[in-house]
Amino acid sequence: MSLLEVKNLKKSFDDNVVLKDISLNVERGEVLAIIGPSGSGKSTLLRCITDLEQEDSGEINFDGTFGLVFQNFNLFPHHSVMKNITNAPIKVQKRDKSEVFEHARKLLSQMGLSDKEDAYPCELSGGQQQRVSIARALAMNPDILFFDEPTSALDPELTGEILNVIKDLAANNMTMVIVTHEMAFARNVADTIIFMDGGVIVEEGTPEEVFSSDNQRMKDFLGKFYD
Amino acid sequence: MILSKVIELLLGGMVTSIEIFLLTLLFSLPLGLVVAGGRMSKFAPLRWIAKVYISIMRGTPLMLQLIVVFFAPYYVFGINLSADYRFIAVIIAFTINYAAYFAEIYRGGIESINSGQYEAAQVLGYSKFQTFFIIILPQVFKVVLPSITNEVITLVKDTSLSFVIAIPEMFTVAKQIAASEASIAALLVAGVFYYVFNMIVAFVMEHIENRLDYYE
Ligand SMILES: Nc1ncnc2c1ncn2[C@@H]1O[C@H](COP(=O)(O)OP(=O)(O)OP(=O)(O)O)[C@@H](O)[C@H]1O
Ligand SMILES: [Mg+2]
Repeated sequence: MSLLEVKNLKKSFDDNVVLKDISLNVERGEVLAIIGPSGSGKSTLLRCITDLEQEDSGEINFDGTFGLVFQNFNLFPHHSVMKNITNAPIKVQKRDKSEVFEHARKLLSQMGLSDKEDAYPCELSGGQQQRVSIARALAMNPDILFFDEPTSALDPELTGEILNVIKDLAANNMTMVIVTHEMAFARNVADTIIFMDGGVIVEEGTPEEVFSSDNQRMKDFLGKFYD
Repeated sequence: MILSKVIELLLGGMVTSIEIFLLTLLFSLPLGLVVAGGRMSKFAPLRWIAKVYISIMRGTPLMLQLIVVFFAPYYVFGINLSADYRFIAVIIAFTINYAAYFAEIYRGGIESINSGQYEAAQVLGYSKFQTFFIIILPQVFKVVLPSITNEVITLVKDTSLSFVIAIPEMFTVAKQIAASEASIAALLVAGVFYYVFNMIVAFVMEHIENRLDYYE
């Protein structure tokens, strides 16, 4: 059985039908990239799967913990980097304090932020904040990690450091679903790519299959990136 | 009357003023949070009650509210309350009045917090209760502190309104001395006391604001 199964998901905001009939599976260890034009429902799909939005109908089968990395980080500004990472594992998962701190230090060193334990989010660059938010999500030991355009709020010179972190996670078999506008990255890191447009999945397959598709909408969308 | 005697009497009154001040803050700061909760409730009748309450408290003179709270038990309910009730009435009137102002300040602060904070907390599994007290409220306090400071400084001066039900706080005492001596010296000294009181309040609030300055 797949780690995550989405079946016939539908979602509207008033009379704006955003998700028309979405079905997808994610296997353990798989990296799925979701691409598509603005307004195609990518964020809404992630928000339904992560319970931030209530779907109108359909089924979401997932039994485990997940993390979500936001476009604009959403770190807690009044908590230090360390507290941002450790507070939920301690207060929500009721894990042992010293184990959580050890875990957090490992994650920070993995993110290249060992010297930032006691810093506050406002003292960090966007790229550093996003790395902290990835560490915060990983500290919960998620079975699956969702990303909603993790580099879109960053200056172009900072996107690389986040994409490298995600590549490292992929190399370590982390299961991930990544909404992104970084085509080269998606092609490079994903096992499967889904192209969404107008609330439906238009194309789905390996990067080679999707990027060489004959579908006109897919070609128009990719054309914009190759101009 | 010699000045040292005047100051001695005024200091006695000042103790009462400080009591009114501290007790009002002690009760109205948390009550304001409860009222703000009602004002923002999803349950319409509760929201409506809080809204009417706030509008009455802010739309009528505090002096009138003091008189009503003091006389209502007798004139409305026919209850004879002990002499202690005079002081209790002052605390009740100030508390319900200031809670209304604090409620609106809290509401503004709570509404200023980005929805992403709630979403991040929810995804991390925090309960609604934890989200409010661990994530939202500490940020709200920082946002609202300057507005709270304004109200607290106003409260120092408003304590003098208790003269209207003859509470022997500083202003009441100063007025009595001024009348019996046919001189405004005592009132001027009282003015200096209020000023110093507020300097101390401003200093303390600034200290708290600085303590919260560790993040933006
Ligand atoms: N809370 C909401 N209320 C009403 N409409 C919404 C809401 N959230 C999203 N929508 C609408 O749903 C549609 C899809 O939005 P969504 O954010 O899922 O698109 P997206 O594919 O993530 O786009 P982008 O690439 O710009 O992030 C849009 O038309 C948007 O206006
Ligand atoms: Mg989006």
